[in-house]
Amino acid sequence: MKKFTCFLIALAMVMSLAACGGSSNGGSSTGGSTTPAASGGSTATEPAPDGSTEAAAGAFKIGGTGPLTGGAAIYGNAAKNGAQIAVDEINAAGGIQFDLRYEDDTHDAEKAVNAYNALKDWGMQISLGSVTSKPCEATSTETYADRIFALTPSASSTAVIEGKDNQFQMCFTDPNQGTASAQYIAEQNLGTKIAIIWKNDDVYSKGIHDTFIDEANARGMAVVSDTTFADGNDTDFSVQLSDAQKNGADLVFLPMYYQPASLIFAQANAMGYAPKWFGVDGMDGILTMEGFDPALAEGVMLLTPFNADATDAKTANFVQKYQDAFGEIPNQFAADGYDCVYAYAQALQAAGATPDMTAEQLNDLMIAQFTSMTFDGITGTSMTWDASGAVSKSPKGMIIQNGAYVGMD
Amino acid sequence: MSFLNYLISGISLGSIYAIIALGYTMVYGIAKMLNFAHGDVIMVGAYICFYSVSRFGLPAPVGVLAAVLVCTALGIVVERLAYKPLRAAPSLAVLITAIGVSYFLQNAALLLWTSNPKVFPNFFAAKKADGTVITGIDLAGGQLTISYVTIVTIAACVIIMLALTWFTGNTKMGKAMRACSEDKGAAQLMGIDVNSTISVTFAIGSGLAAIAGVLLCSAYPNLVPTTGSMPGIKAFTAAVFGGIGSIPGALLGGILLGVLEIFAKAYISTQLSDAIVFAALIVVLLVKPSGLLGKPIREKV
Amino acid sequence: MKKLTKTSRRNYLTYLIVIAAFVILQILRTTGAMSSSLKGMLVPICAYMVMAASLNLTVGILGELSLGHAGFMSVGAFTGTTVAIALQDAVPAAPLRLFLALIAAAVGAALAGFLIGIPVLRLNGDYLAIVTLAFGEIIKAIFNNLYLGLDSRGLHVSLLADTTNTAPDGKMIIQGPMGIGGIQKISTFTAGFLLVMISLIVIFHLTGSRAGRAIMAIRDNRIAAESVGVNITKYKMMAFVTSAALAGSAGALFAMNYSTIVANKFDFNTSILVLVFVVLGGLGNMLGSLVAAAALTILPEALRQFADYRMLVYAIVLILVMLATNNPTIKAFFGRLKPGSRSGKEAA
Repeated sequence: MKKFTCFLIALAMVMSLAACGGSSNGGSSTGGSTTPAASGGSTATEPAPDGSTEAAAGAFKIGGTGPLTGGAAIYGNAAKNGAQIAVDEINAAGGIQFDLRYEDDTHDAEKAVNAYNALKDWGMQISLGSVTSKPCEATSTETYADRIFALTPSASSTAVIEGKDNQFQMCFTDPNQGTASAQYIAEQNLGTKIAIIWKNDDVYSKGIHDTFIDEANARGMAVVSDTTFADGNDTDFSVQLSDAQKNGADLVFLPMYYQPASLIFAQANAMGYAPKWFGVDGMDGILTMEGFDPALAEGVMLLTPFNADATDAKTANFVQKYQDAFGEIPNQFAADGYDCVYAYAQALQAAGATPDMTAEQLNDLMIAQFTSMTFDGITGTSMTWDASGAVSKSPKGMIIQNGAYVGMD
Repeated sequence: MSFLNYLISGISLGSIYAIIALGYTMVYGIAKMLNFAHGDVIMVGAYICFYSVSRFGLPAPVGVLAAVLVCTALGIVVERLAYKPLRAAPSLAVLITAIGVSYFLQNAALLLWTSNPKVFPNFFAAKKADGTVITGIDLAGGQLTISYVTIVTIAACVIIMLALTWFTGNTKMGKAMRACSEDKGAAQLMGIDVNSTISVTFAIGSGLAAIAGVLLCSAYPNLVPTTGSMPGIKAFTAAVFGGIGSIPGALLGGILLGVLEIFAKAYISTQLSDAIVFAALIVVLLVKPSGLLGKPIREKV
Repeated sequence: MKKLTKTSRRNYLTYLIVIAAFVILQILRTTGAMSSSLKGMLVPICAYMVMAASLNLTVGILGELSLGHAGFMSVGAFTGTTVAIALQDAVPAAPLRLFLALIAAAVGAALAGFLIGIPVLRLNGDYLAIVTLAFGEIIKAIFNNLYLGLDSRGLHVSLLADTTNTAPDGKMIIQGPMGIGGIQKISTFTAGFLLVMISLIVIFHLTGSRAGRAIMAIRDNRIAAESVGVNITKYKMMAFVTSAALAGSAGALFAMNYSTIVANKFDFNTSILVLVFVVLGGLGNMLGSLVAAAALTILPEALRQFADYRMLVYAIVLILVMLATNNPTIKAFFGRLKPGSRSGKEAA
């Protein structure tokens, strides 16, 4: 009996192999005519498809991987959607044309390398790296070896750029954020006894936590409580909060994304514990969670490069378009994705690059451009990059008041 | 006082595990199948309730009812399409199909409701005259707080447990279920329609999942397409802890697991709490191989 | 040919198909006829094949359901990679270093398998399954909190926080939740192929031996086996430890194909994925496991054209395949076409 099962699988495998070959052929022949990433299908009034279908032969093929499904899907989809809006705007304006393709990596290094290879088969010329840190660490090794330039919107670990001359970041590196947060807290005298709650199976959280502790110790700040949570253990925070409260912490530092943070605020509120809260850029997005009571986040401070409530024309335009297209308010991942595409447009323009150049030629041009140019985006102004690939921009200290961000300085 | 506080947190968390475990154990006990899609049915229930209440402004009880109805229907459809054709197949094949269903529900939810987290409304909160929201009862002069959600969850667990015990003991359908769980072949010979009995089991299990989803998200109000998967696995562990197939065992196992998890975090290490919980599970199973309240299986030679 | 039994004929056929597949793929690869996408999947496919074959030993041959097989993969991945990094200067030849790392991984995982086997194998059925799940989670939690540094004074280990005091001239190998970074990619397709072959040889020799018959006797009827004097614990342990060792080497092969590896990769979902390969390929059917591992690793990649609907389609395909392979009508249909099924297999 088992043989027949086996036969069926063999058939399935042959078929899937055929499909595999078919899809890669199809990808290269029809690559320019459609934009697979244009997924705003639910909004019929969206003009985006017109813009992107224009970009036929003479378009730069730009690709990225990110978690579009699974538990981290929110980050990947945001970066993808943000980049898509930038591509649509740039293509509609004429001049440089982009053909954008995002592939799903389910927040996994193995799948990220698969996704990257699929993009390579498609003919990607410049890369948006990966959205999350660990997968990006894996793909950056590949892009480095293949000499494809990559600018990641949001993979913030230092391992992404370390020792690789053609890997650049749009976001701060994690150590940068940890140090900056500790400095900020010390300089502004925000708290004397500090508690930290962090996610101990997450590279992002761990990176910030470690440098924060180092800087806090160097400055003689007292860290009185240091507790963790992990995947599958991220719903109940009563123990962590009790520990902070018991040790008299007057400021709680939360190097994490906004999802668990929203639970922490709600549970602290129910306990009647009201310290000062201090977050990092992952906290951005908390106010736009559907159904979230902004009163819970009242007085939360965070260092973030982007805020969706900013009134400058660029941000307002982006937020409006994002809302029209996807029905949601963009978070910082979306803004990072948007900025990446614009940074590429500026660099390609300045370098006089043309879409018929090879990935390797573009790689050299982009390295030269990014280490010398200054870029103004919605996640920061006067951004510059050094040869290591790390961005230099200043985080904005924000405080949440009456359900909106207000600059702290 | 902190000990009592931790105990209350543990019971709160445990009661959530317990209510999920009840659904697991019910389906396992009768259909002898580990339904790994149970956690995802919970997620669907929570989404239905969220949309009915937050988007369409329906009152909370209607939202819960809608969730129960949709999940029951979903359970019936899934059972008919995916599990029923495999009735004669080895149990592992059904397990894999259940995993397929779990992937399907998660990804369908992702497409339907996007990955953006939703904050579930708290149905169990009272507003005082000055506008402050109370979510629980204060004891011992405000040093201890039991949230309303916990009280409701425990009450729901006990009611469901009693109802299930009564149902399986006293109704015709319930007796048929017990007969199926003992011996499917013999049940069939006695004139019991095994197929439809198992279908009804799934319908009830899915309806319970909807209630569990609403309570899970009321206690921990964060709703994403993967919301159900980890609590599902923990609840499965809880069900085994208590003796899988045993209805009071699910309640006991769930609460113990929750208390154990909180105590491990509080007194040993927040980093290793999961490892400690699973280590305790292993010890329990070595001492009592069929769980705390499970019936020891006699092997016939 | 008269000496060949039906089983050994099937075993040789399996070897033959694996070798033929390797030769064909190698030709495609060197002539450049293969897409980058498929090229990138060759090593992970080999690793998953070994995983599937080794889990099939536990589930199909020994007859015990394991839900924590990724735990052994994890032990192997971390042991093997650590050894490879530690030997980076001492053993400059990459293939030799890979070989030593795979051996170390197998030994490490076998040790873990032995320690876990002592309590686990006393249980039966679903309770055994849940205990393996628990061990998988415990292994994940430990590696997520393990710190290992290497300097001129040797290896330094600490749990929970980095208190290894690794000298500045040394380097951290395992960094808790950040796992291992900066791994040299020394796994090759050829090494993967050899590992698949070795696994098959080990498994076929085990199942064909006296011990293997004892193991299968335990699966088919434990009480009867016990009554004729089969040492249950010994043979169960033998199968379980072999299975763990193979999974460990698969883990090391897998890890050294990527520049970074984290403990969370080897979670419950990975254990389940491997179990899907085994069930889909048929319990006890090694060739089936290999084919299912390859097909289900390629499938999600082949579905990329469905963009947003990719994983939804994957789920539907999985359900449909399970329904089709267990459908009595289809089974009966192929039962009548016995020779046809064999030619189908060779075509694959």
